[in-house]
Formats: sequence, C-alpha cells, structure tokens
Amino acid sequence: MVTKLKKTRKKSKLKDLWRRLKKNRLAVAGLIVLILLIFIAIAAPLLAPYSYSAQDSKASYSTGTAEHPLGTDKLGRDLMSRLIWGARASLEMGAIAVAIAAAVGITIGAIAGFFGGWTENICMRVLDIYQSIPMLLLCITIAAILGPSLQNAIIALGVCSVPGYARLMRASVLTVREKEYIESARAVNAGNARIILQHIVPNAMAPLIVEITMGVGSMILAGSLLSFVGLGVQPPTPEWGTMIAEGRNVMREHATLALYPGICVMLSVLACNLLGDGLRDALDPRLKN
Amino acid sequence: MLRFIRNRLLMMIPIVLGISFIVLLLLEITPGDPAKMLLGTQATPERLAALRAQLGLDDPILVRFVNFLWQIVHGDFGTSFMTKRPVFEEMIMRMPYTLVLVGISLAVSVGLGIPLGVYAATHHNTWKDNGAMFISLFFVSMPVFWFALLLVRFFGVELRWLPLSGIDSWQSWILPIVATSLGFVATIARQTRSNMLEVIRQDYIVTAKAKGLPERKVIYRHALKNALIPIIMVIGNMFGLLIGGALITEVIFGIPGLGQYTIAGLTGRDYPVIQGSVFMLSVMFSLVILIVDVVFAIVDPRIRSQSGRKKHKDQKDGNKIEENTQKIEA
Amino acid sequence: MNSTSTNLLEIKDLAVEYHTDEAVIYAVNHVDFSINKGETVGLVGETGAGKTSIARSILRILPMPPAKVVSGEIFYNGNDLLKLSEREMRKIRGNKIAMIFQDPMTALNPIETVGFQIAETIQQHNSISHAEAHQRTCEMLEMVGIPGDRFKDFPHQFSGGMKQRVVIAMALACNPALLLADEPTTALDVTIQAQVLEMMQSLKEKVETAFVLITHDLGVVAEFCDKVAVVYAGEIVERGSAEDIFDRANHPYTLGLFASLPKLDATEKRLSPIKGLMPDPTDLPDGCRFCDRCPNAKDECSKSSPKEAEIAPGHTVKCFFSGGN
Repeated sequence: MVTKLKKTRKKSKLKDLWRRLKKNRLAVAGLIVLILLIFIAIAAPLLAPYSYSAQDSKASYSTGTAEHPLGTDKLGRDLMSRLIWGARASLEMGAIAVAIAAAVGITIGAIAGFFGGWTENICMRVLDIYQSIPMLLLCITIAAILGPSLQNAIIALGVCSVPGYARLMRASVLTVREKEYIESARAVNAGNARIILQHIVPNAMAPLIVEITMGVGSMILAGSLLSFVGLGVQPPTPEWGTMIAEGRNVMREHATLALYPGICVMLSVLACNLLGDGLRDALDPRLKN
Repeated sequence: MLRFIRNRLLMMIPIVLGISFIVLLLLEITPGDPAKMLLGTQATPERLAALRAQLGLDDPILVRFVNFLWQIVHGDFGTSFMTKRPVFEEMIMRMPYTLVLVGISLAVSVGLGIPLGVYAATHHNTWKDNGAMFISLFFVSMPVFWFALLLVRFFGVELRWLPLSGIDSWQSWILPIVATSLGFVATIARQTRSNMLEVIRQDYIVTAKAKGLPERKVIYRHALKNALIPIIMVIGNMFGLLIGGALITEVIFGIPGLGQYTIAGLTGRDYPVIQGSVFMLSVMFSLVILIVDVVFAIVDPRIRSQSGRKKHKDQKDGNKIEENTQKIEA
Repeated sequence: MNSTSTNLLEIKDLAVEYHTDEAVIYAVNHVDFSINKGETVGLVGETGAGKTSIARSILRILPMPPAKVVSGEIFYNGNDLLKLSEREMRKIRGNKIAMIFQDPMTALNPIETVGFQIAETIQQHNSISHAEAHQRTCEMLEMVGIPGDRFKDFPHQFSGGMKQRVVIAMALACNPALLLADEPTTALDVTIQAQVLEMMQSLKEKVETAFVLITHDLGVVAEFCDKVAVVYAGEIVERGSAEDIFDRANHPYTLGLFASLPKLDATEKRLSPIKGLMPDPTDLPDGCRFCDRCPNAKDECSKSSPKEAEIAPGHTVKCFFSGGN
C-alpha cells in the first residue's frame, strides 16, 4: 500500500517534469537531436550510403557530388558515411564514460554521505587531492599512459570525472538523510544496505539528473579532444575528433573535412546542454517568472 | 585572517604530497619499460638492468616516492630521457609562455564574461538576453581545438592577418588567446547571469530598492557583488580547465610552453618530463585555488571564520543540493 | 473618510494583479485606504490576503513582472505616487516612506556591514559628509538598542531580533513621515517579539512617524494601533478605530477572527475557527468574497458584492447585513 502510493507519486512527478519540460522549446529540440543521434548511431549500417572504409579511388577530395553529397577525403572515403559511423564512437564515449563516472561517484558519495565520520572525511580529502590535478591534464595523462584506444579513452574520461558526481551525491545524501522517511525506515529496523539502496539513493538521485545529462555532453567534447590528439579511437574507425585531426593537415585546401565533424560534435554537445538546461528549469518552477 | 591563510597553507602539504604520489603511481601502472625506451629494442639485458638500477626503477614504490620528494625539494626533477636536459630548467624556461597564455585568457574571459552576464540578467527575458545566451551556449558546446583550427584557417590562411603558429611578436598571441578564452567568456557570462537572477530575487535587493537607491547602485553595489562570490570559485576551477586546454592550444599554435612539453613527454613516454610537468601544473593549480580561497574570505565575511576551502566547498555542494531538492519538492 | 489636507497618504481604488503563465492572481481588489500624519493604522488579515501587496505598491517595489497595478491612485502629500517618475520616486523611498520587511534574516545584504547599509540610506537622501553619516548611523543604532561600535559588524554576527532592530534603524534613518511595517515580528521568537514591539512602541512616541502595521496578530494591533482595517481576499471588509473593531466589530469575518482566538477566561473547551479557506485568488467568487464561509450568508450574498457602508462615524463595514445597509 505504502509502496504503491510512493510509486504513483513518483510517476506523477515524472509526468509533471515532462509537462514542464515540454513547454521549453529549446529543451525539446535538444531532446529530439539527441534521440536522432542515438538512432543514427544504432542504425549507422543502414543509413550510411557507403562503408566508412570504402575507398573510391576516382574521387579523392571530391566536393559535393551526387554520389558524395558532403565530399570525400584523400582516400576517396565518403565524408557523410564517416560522419554517420562516427556518431557511434562519440556517443559510446559520452554515455559509457558518464555511466562509469556516475556509478563510481554515486557509490562513493552515497557511502561517504550515509556513514559520515571518518569514512566521509577520508573520502572527501582523497577527492580534494584528486581534484587538485587539472581534470583534462589527468585525463590526457591517464589515456596516454594506458595507451591509445577507444576503451582506454573511455576509462580515462570516466576516472577523471568521478569526483564531481561523488561530491554532489554526498551533499544530496546529507540532505535526504535527515528526512523523516529515513527515520521511519530505521524505526522498522531496516538494514543499512536496504536503507541506502531503497530509500536514500532514489531520493537523492534527482539533483544528479541534470548533472548526468550535461555530463554526457562534456564527455563527448573531452572524448573528441582525446581522439584529436591521437589518444582515442584509432583510424580507420571514424570518430569526429579523429576526423578533425585528419582534416587538419589539409585544412588549407579542404577545410570542410575538419569543419563538418566539428559541427557534429558541437550539435551533440549543444543538444545535451539544452536538455540539461531545460531539465534544470523544469525542476525549478521558481525560475519561470 | 592570518590564521585562515596559515591553515589554508598547511592544507597544501597533504595536497602536494598526494599529487606527487598520484604522479608516481600513474607511471607505476604503465606497461612500458622506460629503460627499454631509452636504449631501444636492441639493448642487451645487462645494459637494461644496469640502467634500471641507475634510474632507481627497481626500488619499491615507497622508496621511490621518498626519493622523488627529496629530489623535488632540491629542485631536481631529473633529466629528460629524450633531450638529456634537466627537466626543471626546461620547465622554468617554458613556464612564462603558459602563464601568459592562461593568465591573459583568464583575464579576457572574466573581463568580457561578467559584463555580458550582467547585461543579459538586466535584460532578462528580452531577445537580447535570449540571443546572448543562445549564442554563448554554442561557444560552450564547441570543441576548442576545432575552433582554433578554424581561426587559423580564416585569419591566418584566408586573410593573412595574423601569424599561423609560433611566438614571434604580440600578434602571435591573439589567435591562441581568442581560441582559449571564447568558450570561457560564454561560461562566465552564463554563470554570472544565473547568479544575478538568483540574487535579484533576494529580499535584501528589495530592501536596497526600498531605501531609495538608484537602479545602478542596487545592481552593481548590492546584487553584482553578491553574485560574484560564487564566480570567484568558478574562476579558480576555470584555471584548471585552462591549463588542460593549454596542452592542446600550445600544440596547435606552436607555443613553446609547459603544455607542449607535457604532450611531448607523454607521446615519448619520457617519465621525468611527465612527472615534472604534471607535478608543476598541478601545484600551480593548487596555488591558484589557494589564492582564490583567500580572496573569497576577504570578499565574503561569512567564510572568514571558517577554516578553509574544504568546509566551504562542501557547504557549496550542500547549497546546490538544497536548492535542487527544494525545486523537486515544490 | 473624506480626503482632507490632514491625509498623509491616500489610496484610491487600488487593484493589483499577478500574471503568471497559468492564471491571473487578483491580489488587491479596489482598495481605498488613508492614513493621517502621525497615526498608526493596522492592516489585519490572513496570510495571502494582499496586505503585503498593498504596502509594496505604495513604494512601487512590487516584483514587475509578474505583478501589475491595474488601477488606482496613491496620493502622498497630494502627489500620485503611481504617476511619479522613477527618479522622483527614489526621493520618496527610504526618505519619506520607509519599509520594514518581514524576515530580518534575509532583508540585510550579507556581505556589507550593517553600518554601511544604514549610512548608505542616509547619504542617498542627505548631502552630508561621510563622518556625519557615520555619526548619525551610530545614533540610530543606539536608538534601537544596539551599541554604536557594532557599526562594522556583518549581519551574520547579529541574532534575529538584533537584525530586525538594524532593519528598523535603517528604515527610520531618514526620519520618514510614513513607515510601512510588514509583519515586523512574525519571524521572531515570542520573547524577542515582545522586546521588538516594546522598542517600536517607545520609538513611536519619540518620532513623528505615521505607521502602517501589517500583521495577522490581533494582539499586536490592540497594543499598537489607533485605527484598524481588516483585509480579506484583497478587499478591506471592515475599518474603524481600534475601539470600533475590538469592541463593536460588525463584519462576520472580523467577528470570526475574534472568535477563533483562544480566551484565557473561556469556559468553552474548543476554539471556534472560521470554517473553510480563503477563496482561490485566481478565481474569486462573484458576490461577497466571504459568502462561502459566512454563517449568515443569504442568497443575495453570492450574487452581488456589498458596498462599503458607514455604520458609525469612521466605522465602515462591507456587508449586506451590517447596520448601515
């Protein structure tokens, strides 16, 4: 009975959130772009007119022909197909890195916030030290040391952004911890694990939603940077950052080769930011007036 | 106040130790063997072993940690494997370039970002506000290295107004600084705007208006000063991002700074270079954070009594959450 | 209620609405109100009755948007405040008319010293030197019972009651002719409330300031006010001298307010609250606003709105069944 009540409440909360989000045209646009990107990434083999590695020796550096609407690179590979395939690696980096960071960060934050005392102190001070190394520097260093590959880039990205989530989660747990329903869960003798997993984490998660949405964007951005310096996805697999790096050498004559992948990165990050902004406003009715 | 600074300085010690340890640990887990990298693949096992002993690579990690610290205290970061030059000397030579790049970019970001944010906030919900914020979102979402390439292409190649790369004159700095700071101008503008909007809703702003103060004084003396306090924190953190960004910008624009040095060290697996530059950049960052904290305490009387960033930072997280949860419950 | 030259402030037909995305909130509905020099008038009513909106529209510090003054005139010494330029209005705010806010915790700028915040008001309205402003600020602090040497302290170094004293000192700093006190003691502890009230009482005797005291606390009104206006759903339903209201209350709402107070000598065991809630300000009833909750409501009450009628000199009631109608 009680859980049922709680569930319907949660559902109506989500509905409410959606109702408010719907009114924000920019946020909806961001959401649509994101869904479109995910669709493109999944359906890349069906959507792309050519394979990402198919070379057309007759059409090196062609620009906007009927066969290759966005042109080709030096080897005659179709730029549009490579951009479509490239969505895969970029989104993969963004999503998995955030998933790793959020999972680890939320766990650490929840433990620190729930137990308090020296556990919390140690966690927070270690995070302090961790955070005194500039994030991008740490990220590049880890990626370089692990060796260049998509998998290592994802690990590096994930590891670097743990502290942010941990901090936010801890603070969130601290406020939830004082609520009455935690007290009542304790009163019926629920175990720590049960209290954390069933009561604290779900209730403390809400403030992290915005952070995670925006996080995907910044991970895509940082991921493209890693690929750009040769520490991420390795050729010939297409990735937008790698493509910009490849296009860089022929920037003078064929600027579009670097231009389009950059626009793709920008659009996907923009979509995440718009959605994140919208979610924040939707969670905060006060900002409306 | 002096006690605050002293406490804050004491907190630097574990942080610097921690940074050194992490740097050492990073290289410990690395698969590659630096001795092999130095001598090449044809080296005999004996020579490899000798060099490893000479470099102290066989010692347990704690011994190496202490050795590393001991060397650092003496300004000795070892010798680069590749150039055979002392790392410390090289870093000191390169430091000014990075400091100029980061410092001026930071100044530009703050100098343009804050007025822009105030402008947007005071024109809240007009097309000026919406337009400025939408454009700034583009700059926030843009890969900096890509933007840098476009700038070079347009102003360097197309128009031939500015040098492409290298540092020969003051003009050489323009493109790198524009590339680095535009995204941060946007970030600061957005942050300033949302802080201003938050502050303008506060009761003490109504009080200030009710006192008969002119709009100008209400906005700049009362609202902006309060809105800027969290911005100081952002500026500190931004310094870290700028250092990270400098790695790439320096490579793209051929600036002989610390960032370029770090990247060279990383690609060549030049251990002393990596250790030295990561250490140096992180300590620079920590020092900036320290300065930020002191400024913070000067500006915000509520912090002065507390003992440093740690408490404040945790508290700041808390405020953020409190707001968020209130929103959700509302 | 005839407008004579003794009227310091006269509000005519004031209406304030809040426009949000979802609905229009009718906060103040055609209120007439006046106050003479040196007089103390209590505005009594429940939370959300529109008392604060009335006070804020006098100073023109309503949050616009969403607030909107739809109609009305507010005469101060014969000038309509609503028609003044922003520049002229600034000379009134804090100088001629000052305001004390409900929550002293948030009413002071946290990063400026209290001394600065008071001196700033003084210097804004008087061309005097820094030293003189400082001197005057210390006097003001002393007057509200705070040692002058706390000039350089920040708001967080004061307790809630002390902060409210600072706010009061700030409001009185320029000797205003009219002071709007918006629930000045609601946010304070009961014992502190008494202290602050006592202090205000003694200040009232020292300065020649007229007070508008906004409160939901009838006890405070009884102690403090010469005249009382009872506000309900954005309208003044009854007004008169303090004696009129306390001894000869006529409007069912006013009677209900008194009936819901606990009495020390009472023999009955239960309080008798007014049943129901105030009407939704986005959807006010057509007839008398109080008719849904009124024990004597008749058919006509829900059809048309009663006019204000004078049942005794200076005592008016807005009800069909008052003596005047």
